Amino acid sequence: MYDVERFGIINTGNPKHADIFLVTGSVNEQNISVVKQIYEQMPEPKVVVAIGICATSGGIFKECYNIMGGIDTVIPVDVYVPGCAARPEAIIDGVVKGLGVLAEKRAAMDKKPAAAAKAEIAADTKAAAKAEAQANSSEQKEAEATVAAIKEKEEA
Amino acid sequence: MSVTVIISIVAYLILAPIAGGLLAGIDRKISARMQGRFGPPILQPFYDFFKLLEKEPITVNKVQDFYVMCFLIFIVITGCFFFAGGDLLLVIFTLTLASIFLVIAAFSSNSPYAQIGAERELLQMMAYEPMVLITAIGFYLINGSFAISEIVSSEKMGILYLPGIFLGFVFILTIKLRKSPFDLSMSHHGHQELVKGLTTEFSGKTMAVIEIAHWYENIFLLGFVYLFFVNTASWSPVLAVAVCLVTYFIEILIDNSYARMKWQIAINASWIVAITLGFVNLLVIYYVR
Repeated sequence: MYDVERFGIINTGNPKHADIFLVTGSVNEQNISVVKQIYEQMPEPKVVVAIGICATSGGIFKECYNIMGGIDTVIPVDVYVPGCAARPEAIIDGVVKGLGVLAEKRAAMDKKPAAAAKAEIAADTKAAAKAEAQANSSEQKEAEATVAAIKEKEEA
Repeated sequence: MSVTVIISIVAYLILAPIAGGLLAGIDRKISARMQGRFGPPILQPFYDFFKLLEKEPITVNKVQDFYVMCFLIFIVITGCFFFAGGDLLLVIFTLTLASIFLVIAAFSSNSPYAQIGAERELLQMMAYEPMVLITAIGFYLINGSFAISEIVSSEKMGILYLPGIFLGFVFILTIKLRKSPFDLSMSHHGHQELVKGLTTEFSGKTMAVIEIAHWYENIFLLGFVYLFFVNTASWSPVLAVAVCLVTYFIEILIDNSYARMKWQIAINASWIVAITLGFVNLLVIYYVR
């Protein structure tokens, strides 16, 4: 049985209780605001994990007229878990990797609490670069957003 | 105020969060094993607590932090009254006040999810209050006093006179410990929750305060179970603590074997239990005594 709770991780539907944001599926015009809003509701420090190739780069839907591409075109992504579909072990591995990033961000927050939020967004410059490359096609794919809470790392 | 009272208050203030946190960790571990998973480390609730303290504070409405602090303070006061051997009725009323502060805190956020959680919390309070009061009356009938210090030092063991009330109390303990099938306002299991119920709008330090208040509350509630089994005999505290642990295990078992039920069922069931087990028990000891 795939158990992420052995790392102290539990799934929550509430962005305000979450530390790690798991996003599956690509971003389209319809759900940009949803993804952004969930991301903004999460308290710092926070980590975004893109699950699956659609979330990573847009996958086969990359060229669709309504698809922005990967999640990193909208919000800064820290860990990519490619695959179609991504294996459960790979997802768990990605989330645990996210724990490491989370610890780094927390340490960075202690040093400069005020500037932490801005620095993160700037750090992901490749997100901005990718955002332009959208073309047209007819397929549409809804991105599902899942929020997972990481309740402190242990054993990781 | 005697020295023992002060010692028991200080012991409660220091030991209750530690014991409550450990209990929560054991709860999560046992729940995971019941579901065929490995489960988190026992100390996970403490890691979570310290993690919450380090999170960025996001407050929807400044006043909610005040109410949540009041919730913690009144839970702690309730526990102090209880373990200092105070009046059982006073304990119940301060507990109600504490719960009301949590409800107001959730209402003050104006979030629809938190408000649904707050409404359900009120419904839950309606469900469990009668049984809690019957429990206090039961202790009064056999001991002639509401004072916990006298109940503890009585020669009569509560459970022998109040078996029905004990069962009724364990029933509503499911509501108070926020276990399925009656975890209507706030569940610990993400998959059966409206966002996060009562605690939707609380994060960071505010959430940490709620967590620690729950640990204080759980230990105090198990203190109620303890009260049923303690008398002047030297072995009775050991028996009482053992029964507390068994009761908590049974609550975990119930939690893992039921899905959440509708609030109508929660209210009907707990009132029926309060009337049949609680009230009938009261009548019997009133006339037989």
